[in-house]
Amino acid sequence: MNYTRRASPLHAARAGAGCAYCVALACAALLLSSPVALGAVVVAIVGAGIAAGLGREMRRAAPLAVTLAIVIALINALVTRDGLTVIVRLGRLPVLGHTDVTLEATVYGLILGLRAVALIMCGALYTAAVDPDEVLKLFRRVSFRSALTATLATRMVPVLVRDARRLTDAQRCRPGRPPSRLALMRAATAGVLDRALDVAAALEVRGYGRPGRPPRVHRPWSRHDIAFAASAVAVLVLSVGARVFDLAQFSAYPSLHAPVGVGTVAIAVGLVVCALLPFADRRGVQR
Amino acid sequence: MTDVLELDRVSYWYPDAQRPALDEVSLTIGAGELVVLAGLSGSGKSTLLRTASGLVPHFHGGKLAGTVSVAGMDTRTRTPAQLAAAVGTLFQDPETQVVMNGVRAELAFPLENRGDSAPAVARGVEEAALALGIAHLLERPTSHLSGGELQRVALAAALAGRPSLIVLDEPTSQLDPVAGDELISLLRRINEDSEASVVICEHRLERCLSIADRVIAMDEGRIVCDAPPREFLAWACEALPALATPGARLLQGLGLSPAPGVKAARAALRADGYELSDAEADRRGPEVPPSRPARSRDAALRLDRVWHEIARGPTILRSASLSIGARERVALMGRNGAGKSTLLRHAAGLMQPTRGRIHSAGRVALLLQNPTDYLVHETVAEETSPAALASVGLAAFGDRHPRDLSGGEKQRLALAIVLDDADSPPVIVCLDEPTRGMDRTHKHELARLLREIDAAVLVATHDPEFVAEFADRVVLLADGAPIADGPAAEVLSGGTYFATETARILGGAGGALTPEQGIGLLQRAEVPA
Repeated sequence: MNYTRRASPLHAARAGAGCAYCVALACAALLLSSPVALGAVVVAIVGAGIAAGLGREMRRAAPLAVTLAIVIALINALVTRDGLTVIVRLGRLPVLGHTDVTLEATVYGLILGLRAVALIMCGALYTAAVDPDEVLKLFRRVSFRSALTATLATRMVPVLVRDARRLTDAQRCRPGRPPSRLALMRAATAGVLDRALDVAAALEVRGYGRPGRPPRVHRPWSRHDIAFAASAVAVLVLSVGARVFDLAQFSAYPSLHAPVGVGTVAIAVGLVVCALLPFADRRGVQR
Repeated sequence: MTDVLELDRVSYWYPDAQRPALDEVSLTIGAGELVVLAGLSGSGKSTLLRTASGLVPHFHGGKLAGTVSVAGMDTRTRTPAQLAAAVGTLFQDPETQVVMNGVRAELAFPLENRGDSAPAVARGVEEAALALGIAHLLERPTSHLSGGELQRVALAAALAGRPSLIVLDEPTSQLDPVAGDELISLLRRINEDSEASVVICEHRLERCLSIADRVIAMDEGRIVCDAPPREFLAWACEALPALATPGARLLQGLGLSPAPGVKAARAALRADGYELSDAEADRRGPEVPPSRPARSRDAALRLDRVWHEIARGPTILRSASLSIGARERVALMGRNGAGKSTLLRHAAGLMQPTRGRIHSAGRVALLLQNPTDYLVHETVAEETSPAALASVGLAAFGDRHPRDLSGGEKQRLALAIVLDDADSPPVIVCLDEPTRGMDRTHKHELARLLREIDAAVLVATHDPEFVAEFADRVVLLADGAPIADGPAAEVLSGGTYFATETARILGGAGGALTPEQGIGLLQRAEVPA
């Protein structure tokens, strides 16, 4: 999954605003536990992806997110001993010992899974909608070494993926017994080092190691920059507010407690509206 | 003329090396000069370029003696990053020298590193993009670009800071003839427009000698010739024939003074009374339609209406049909993206056609573009059998580490690996761009080796001179299907991009492809006035 500039308000916003927007949504997923509020966060993230023209990217990330969610829910149901309502008695199992599956542990596992879905989809949204070059520039002003590492890593990933594919193809063309895994690992490592040296040399001759921070670029704030920055603040305020004032209550143990009151519904609706409102204005989205 | 690069008695040893890579090299390059650096593999060309960009010694380590000055800056006291303002550098592999995700960011990168203000960066990006004709690519991600486009973007990034010296290490080795010629023309234009000095290292000298002001030849780390192109060619024909262009060898064989470029060579021939065919028909190119797929059961490889359509992507092969007979030597030519590599991968079973059929009479051996991918062991002897090593002339290299071999030796070792199977010898050997970055001597050796193989050979290549040496038949691929298929003498004797220099000089007359054939033809058919 790569960043490609699309004609969408999120792509039109500066990287700082896009980054803050994704971070705010991820924070909301981490701060909220109520199923309704967490569901709203997932709806907001997927809705943002679709509104940004990233439906395909969201669909590609979904299977991984859902699989991981199911795995988390299953593990939690099997290993957690808390909860009063036993729904399945599995008896003694190897490694796990005496296992009773409770409704509370199962529901809490599903909540953790939903949170994982929100975080993975948020990661997919960030990867496909926020320009990594601009993000690197932001980081570079803060920490040169971190930015250098990030640049090398970012650049190396696609190069190494292609190298690995080539190495696999070359080994398929080799007649007779295939080489041992150790030999392949050694060759791949040597190849990685060669490639890293090439990229590092290219960075040097483009002046990357020059002392001094690059100058700050003053760009006027566009309507989309303002909208997404404001949306990020609003999502963060709603999430922190819900947490502090206990508006989206949820507790799993010893028994389930998830009241759906006006406060919870208001937080859920507020999150979705705040997250999707910036997409309503589509003026000037094409570069 | 101000000097932009000055080397004074420079010697350089790579870490742990016994022999110097540069040996007492002294030279000066003036502002606005376009210099071609010639030499066989391992002669020190790349090291010289890396010395100019400051990578030697700051990046590579080792020991440097003498002084190197770039635009008045001593490279000992300035890092490559500091020298980057004065030297633009372009390496061979476009994939590893593009460092950002977007084209605009890539062009802005060196300017931002230099500390230019935002308006200066924006202006620099626009100007570099316009100069290189890549304005339409500015918003594209670099991962979506072809090799030729990537190389242009890398060149634009090297030029964006308006350096006074541009050094290029085999920039066209990964490009098709069209993209390669375009890049060379661009360099000349940039050199003329901006007075930036250009030093270009290139194996296919015929491609760039006609635009050069001066040629510096290197051998074993020393400068052995420093002269204008015409004088260099005269020297090369006598002292180091592997550096002489086919055109120069043609003229020398006829007793004339070598001249750089097709135009000058034709003028020299005319001046000496040789009548060259100017008939339009001779310059129109070959009229050899693609052959129908052979039905014979003894074909080593047969592709019947093979399609390769990528889901939600382009069609790479469009009903490609091709039949290759036992022990036939065939070259597959065409632009980057024409489908050559895909066709070879289908032949070897690495890819499956979405439609159509592929039949082979036995094992298909495939040598992919990068021979290093085949080398996974600690010694050459572990890679393949002694008999296979002997067959490619590497019997004495058994104790060496495969990665320590030269490019040509790695290519031969990888070839030995794919050929070595006593139980199932290949009926056809396919090679994908085997001559990339190879000098003429190594190409000649490889051509000889391919002619000796006891199987059919199919080579995808951009190199018409190499094709003329080994192939009986040429298939020209465009848009995923063969558009011409015939004897090498017919296909390579017309046109411009897929023709040898000899054929271009002679206007395709008599199907002469090599200097020797050209000399024979002219001596037989034409009598000097």
